Amino acid sequence: MGETVYTKDHEWLVIVDGVATIGVTEFAQEQLGDVVFVELPDIGALLTEGDEVAVIESVKAAGEINAPINGTVVAVNEILADEPELLNRSPEEGGWMFKVTLDEDYDISELMNKAEYQDYIAVNA
Amino acid sequence: MSNASDVKHTKFYDYHVEAGGKMVPFAGYLMPVQYAGGIMQEHLHTRDKAGLFDVSHMGQVVVDGEGAVAALERLVPVDLEALAIGQQTYATFTSEAGGILDDLIITRWSEHCFFLVVNAACKEQDIKHLRKYLGDLEVTYLSGQSLLALQGPKAKDVIGELTPEANELLFMNGFHTVIGGIECYVTRSGYTGEDGFEISVKDENALALADQLLAYDEVQWIGLGARDSLRLEAGLCLYGHDMDVSKSPIEAGLNWSVSRSRREGGSRPGGFLGSGQILKHLADGVAKKRVGFLIEGRAPVREGAEIVDNQGNVVGVVTSGGFAPSLQIPIAMGYVNTEFCAVGTTLDALVRGKNRPMTVVKMPMVPQRYFRG
Repeated sequence: MGETVYTKDHEWLVIVDGVATIGVTEFAQEQLGDVVFVELPDIGALLTEGDEVAVIESVKAAGEINAPINGTVVAVNEILADEPELLNRSPEEGGWMFKVTLDEDYDISELMNKAEYQDYIAVNA
Repeated sequence: MSNASDVKHTKFYDYHVEAGGKMVPFAGYLMPVQYAGGIMQEHLHTRDKAGLFDVSHMGQVVVDGEGAVAALERLVPVDLEALAIGQQTYATFTSEAGGILDDLIITRWSEHCFFLVVNAACKEQDIKHLRKYLGDLEVTYLSGQSLLALQGPKAKDVIGELTPEANELLFMNGFHTVIGGIECYVTRSGYTGEDGFEISVKDENALALADQLLAYDEVQWIGLGARDSLRLEAGLCLYGHDMDVSKSPIEAGLNWSVSRSRREGGSRPGGFLGSGQILKHLADGVAKKRVGFLIEGRAPVREGAEIVDNQGNVVGVVTSGGFAPSLQIPIAMGYVNTEFCAVGTTLDALVRGKNRPMTVVKMPMVPQRYFRG
């Protein structure tokens, strides 16, 4: 099991054998409120860091998810289409959003580990 | 941008924070967009039980003096002469060009005295407008007055225990009463589509009144987020979104808010600001109109989304949209060219480059449950 790393946009990534599973954090789901729709990328989509890749719609507003890293989408969590509220219930496990195969020279040195992320939300919450 | 010290609090600020309120700036006030329960839970609670809303940011204004009926009738296309004492009416302040400056509720307190509740974001402008046109009358902004709304099917049970006569009120009527020793003005009205009450109370008694209401298990604070989804399901306009100074009441689909007597062929036709244009819209029809939509699928369609016909021509725009918790589907309202207004018309909204099919439906999308006796 790879280590979990975090972005400033409140996404988490777990990287195993060059494939990153990506979702949003508990903090993000709390901020979003009741999720009613999740728009996921197409499988095969090529992502460049910073691209809008997914949208999480809550009752009140739409939240955009930007690609945290370069790569190719290889899987999306189909369950979220019928059960978007899973993203509220289990954002860091069952509510994962999509998987990306990373380019060989991927770089996550800018991302935070768990302790750093917790400090980050404590300051920015 | 206003700095933090300019942001006002209502008397209930600490109560909101204590209830887990997520406080956001709204019309110059820090107001709760939601509490710990979240918008979905708060919305469904109001439809099922009784939701308590702090609407103290809204403007409460009294217009008093001989000639008030005629003077106010210059500003609203409503028959105020016919309004009984204690009775309320919905109204729009019309502009000289026939647009909408604000919408409001007017209650007749006595022969020459009217109580107005106007939108928070418009209240300063409304007061200027009133003073400009009602020179000889007393226009008093009730700055020391809070306003609470108790909405939902259990509201009458709660109010009925606190002030039993309130249950005899019909929708859009009010009376002065005392609740647990506190003087207040109670009306049977609201902005959710539910039966319910609005209670105007002096600031110094506001918390004590809220305590009495919150003592009931079925009463819970409800934030602005659910207030918005509730009013959208009820087909009610939000000023600045579903109507503004560029739309006439007829384009906004508020024909019913123009009294018969103020129309062509009525006993006192016209005579209000913009009446030429508004009566022309009534007689000749309008090029675009506000309608309601049910959206296919689960993706909400938000304010600003373009509406296209099946050839891809832009024929309108969404002015309010979101997920309807009571229906568990997305709904919206917006303006479309009149040829696309018929119930059952299918159109698409464009959301992030995707077409989202939707159908024009009769409003309200969720039946109103006002108490009409």
